[in-house]
Amino acid sequence: MDFLHSLFAVSAEDLLSTSVLVLLLVAAWGGDKASRAISIVAFAVLVGAAALAVPALTAGAGGAATSAFGGHIKLDAFAAFAKLLIYVGSGVTLIVAPAYFDRFKAMRAEFPLLILLAALGMGIMVSANDLLTLYIGLELNSLAAYVLAAILRADGRSAEAGLKYFVLGSLASGILLYGISLTYGFTGTTSFDGIRVALGTGALSIGATFGLVFVLAGLAFKISAAPFHMWTPDVYEGAPAPVTTFFATAPKVAALALLMRVSLDAFGGQPGAWQQIVIFASLLSIVIGALGAIGQDNIKRLLAYSSINNVGFMLIGLAAGTAAGASAMLVYLAIYVVSSVAAFVVVLALRDEAGNAIESIAQLGGLSRTRPWLAAALAVVMFSLAGIPPLFGFWGKFLVFQAAVQAHLVVLAALGIAASVIGAFYYLKVVKVLYFDDATDAVQGREELANRALLLGSSLFLSPLGYLLTPWLGNLAGSAAAALFHFA
Amino acid sequence: MIGFPILSLMLLVPLVGAVISLVSDRKTARLVALAATLVDFVLGVLLWTHYDIGGAQWQFREHAAVFAGFDWKLGIDGIALMLIVLTVFLMPVCIGASWNSIEKRAGEYYAAFLFMETLMIGVFAAQDLFLFYIMFEAGLIPMYLIIGIWGGANRIYASYKFFLYTLLGSVLMLIAMFWMANAAGTTDIPTLMEYDFPPQAQTWLFLAFFASFAVKMPMWPVHTWLPDAHVQAPTAGSVILAGVLLKMGGYGFIRFSLPMFPIASAHFAPMVWGLSIAAVVITSLIALVQNDMKKLIAYSSVAHMAIVTVGLFAFNRQGLEGSMVVMLSHGIVSGALFLAVGVIYDRLHTREIVRYGGLAINMPYYALFFLLFTMASIGLPGTSGFVGEFLSLLGIYKESSLIALVATTGIILGAAYMLYLYRRVVFGDQKNADAAAMPDLDFREWAMMVPLAAAVLWMGVYPESFIAPMRKDIGTLEARVAIARPKGDADVKFGGKTPAAVAATLGSAQLKGAK
Repeated sequence: MDFLHSLFAVSAEDLLSTSVLVLLLVAAWGGDKASRAISIVAFAVLVGAAALAVPALTAGAGGAATSAFGGHIKLDAFAAFAKLLIYVGSGVTLIVAPAYFDRFKAMRAEFPLLILLAALGMGIMVSANDLLTLYIGLELNSLAAYVLAAILRADGRSAEAGLKYFVLGSLASGILLYGISLTYGFTGTTSFDGIRVALGTGALSIGATFGLVFVLAGLAFKISAAPFHMWTPDVYEGAPAPVTTFFATAPKVAALALLMRVSLDAFGGQPGAWQQIVIFASLLSIVIGALGAIGQDNIKRLLAYSSINNVGFMLIGLAAGTAAGASAMLVYLAIYVVSSVAAFVVVLALRDEAGNAIESIAQLGGLSRTRPWLAAALAVVMFSLAGIPPLFGFWGKFLVFQAAVQAHLVVLAALGIAASVIGAFYYLKVVKVLYFDDATDAVQGREELANRALLLGSSLFLSPLGYLLTPWLGNLAGSAAAALFHFA
Repeated sequence: MIGFPILSLMLLVPLVGAVISLVSDRKTARLVALAATLVDFVLGVLLWTHYDIGGAQWQFREHAAVFAGFDWKLGIDGIALMLIVLTVFLMPVCIGASWNSIEKRAGEYYAAFLFMETLMIGVFAAQDLFLFYIMFEAGLIPMYLIIGIWGGANRIYASYKFFLYTLLGSVLMLIAMFWMANAAGTTDIPTLMEYDFPPQAQTWLFLAFFASFAVKMPMWPVHTWLPDAHVQAPTAGSVILAGVLLKMGGYGFIRFSLPMFPIASAHFAPMVWGLSIAAVVITSLIALVQNDMKKLIAYSSVAHMAIVTVGLFAFNRQGLEGSMVVMLSHGIVSGALFLAVGVIYDRLHTREIVRYGGLAINMPYYALFFLLFTMASIGLPGTSGFVGEFLSLLGIYKESSLIALVATTGIILGAAYMLYLYRRVVFGDQKNADAAAMPDLDFREWAMMVPLAAAVLWMGVYPESFIAPMRKDIGTLEARVAIARPKGDADVKFGGKTPAAVAATLGSAQLKGAK
């Protein structure tokens, strides 16, 4: 009975996994010709899964968190919030991908399946309430992601990105697994609740500290926080643009949510032990993300450094270690996902006459004269990522810094925000190229209707109109964050 | 006081105009911009006439809780009122100044200006800490684009410098605001103006706000972005930069630093004085050797703003009132001077002083207006410049005669560089044939010059119209900072009088001074 009940509780995951298996058979018989149909079905499956995840979120913090499979999985408002963002990121990838791959005649039936598998893995990651569930979800996602990075088999850069991602990702998984084994060894359990009870709030044993450090290091790799960020620019640049869109959104949400749950729940009784690590990674990410981006001429590499930079800001919310900080992180994540979607939809639209992708920023000169709306959208994204009000990107930074100040981390907040000015420099550089430089007329491609709609929607979200969503977004993130602090 | 939401309407009109301009061609866009700014001007006049002098401290209040974390809360006192009036008065002039000179991408240009107007009014009308911050910071984007797209040869460097300088200044203010909102439990500016923060915290908060306002003001030595920005910006950009954006710094001091952190303000007053007199002397001397007209006026702005900070940190009524009048006057006068430069720049396309000369012969009316604004900048009695500078210097004289002495040299030096500029451009021989062939003012330029000249004379002859709405608010502020007022060298130091008697004498003396 308990098993049936659990199966029912994870209905979103049930739907995803059965659909993947069925679609796999369709792909095996239908071949690449069926890829478009499979994409459409896969998108519908994601919508369905999202619909199944919504009730847990709207039930709020008051709704009892549902445990499944003997406490290995927890389906609370937090998991639901993260899952919705993950499904949004995956869904957008499915929308933008076919047109891109069709230009290379490389749309493969496996693509939507891998996205679905990754989404399934990420759903398990964010609902994990046990170190082993965590690892299974993470690997399911990672293995799908390695293949996705290398999906353009004929393209050397894509293969290189896949290989780099695989080698470094495996290393990180190894580190994580080692940390898990140490933690298990010194606490005698893999369950998050068990770990929290076993560690208590007193002094941490040296072995458990090592376990914690290794777990955090493994997760820092997945969120591409400095000093474990090295793979990010290469993978972002080499992977096909729709796959980069995916990497910049869904896995980032999943890994950050996972990090939040591990830090605030499993190690929630020992904030002193991980806080300094998070603060270090946060400041280092902000500075490296900002300085590294300055010299970049490739827009995808620039966005990679921007993502490192933004992860640094989100970690400030985690460093606060409070419900307000966690809630701020979730709002930031939501805004960041939309920013990334908008940025990469623009990147997808940057093509020359022959349909080849334009990635050099210098070639975007004077885009505001040849393609005013596209340039305006990119400028909005850039100012928003830089956190300049009145654009909505400011709100994420606003909330994390507010949480840090409320948690008495004033120095961290001051350093972080001062470093954000360095970051503003390279965002301004892009705007300068778009608006101040002479027109190069390099960009010729027209974006597809669906991409245009995505761009319009996301730009409006990032515009000052986004502030009208703040009460709603704040409520959802607040109840999701409260679920993390269920034990307090 | 919640009635017709006139402040929201004043914010909305330029915003709607901006959206329409963005999608219009050049001719439509400039008409839309002119219409929107004129409508806002009319609303501003209505605001002024309906303002109840001596009534409630905060009037035209609006409140809508549509956001999380901060509220849409507007309202003005007399100080904000006058600065809003200044803004809406200068905006149509800016549009007029751009009428013919902006040819490329006019729709975007007017949209940026109108958006800027919304944000400037928003800064002065915001009654929520974070709403203020958003409006304050958001102004960077349109100004960055205005300098960068329509600016001069070295515009890109200037636009970066402007943006990053001001951004670095203000981000720390945001952290201070979080701390304040957390400590006081509210983001309501009127409440915070009466909240007593612990003295130790005031020091840090003051410094964080000071970083922002000192850059914006700009105070020496963080003024270096201003000459670059001014020289590269188009004429209307310079007008709005000198006319209104610099006033945000002074407004910040008067709205935040002084009433919220009076103890720290008093503690740091000598530092502010020192920086201010350094600015007065140094930037005036720099102005004296400029070859570029815009750069000269830009440096003179820094010197005038230093008089403002000296007056603000004099902690008495004369100083505070004087500073406000200097700000209003400088807004009009420096705007008018940049416009005067723009008029001849449009004809000859150079700002080099030596390329002109003898304009009084072929442009007599132009010479007349330029003379009036030059005199106002120097502070000739009868013009707006005199009233404010006199009051500010009187205010600081009561605190420190030495500072007053040095600050007053600014007037002498100001006369030197302005008259020298005027002589080289307007008097002398017509040594350049192309400059000698320039036609006098046309109708459009007359229409811009006349209101500015009228305002300069009005403020010079009957400043009461402008001081009256602010009097009560200045009084509130003076009472607020009185607890921390440093003892000045003009205070009575000997004699058997009790402190109460001293206070009474001082009080009556101040009342006399105010009248």
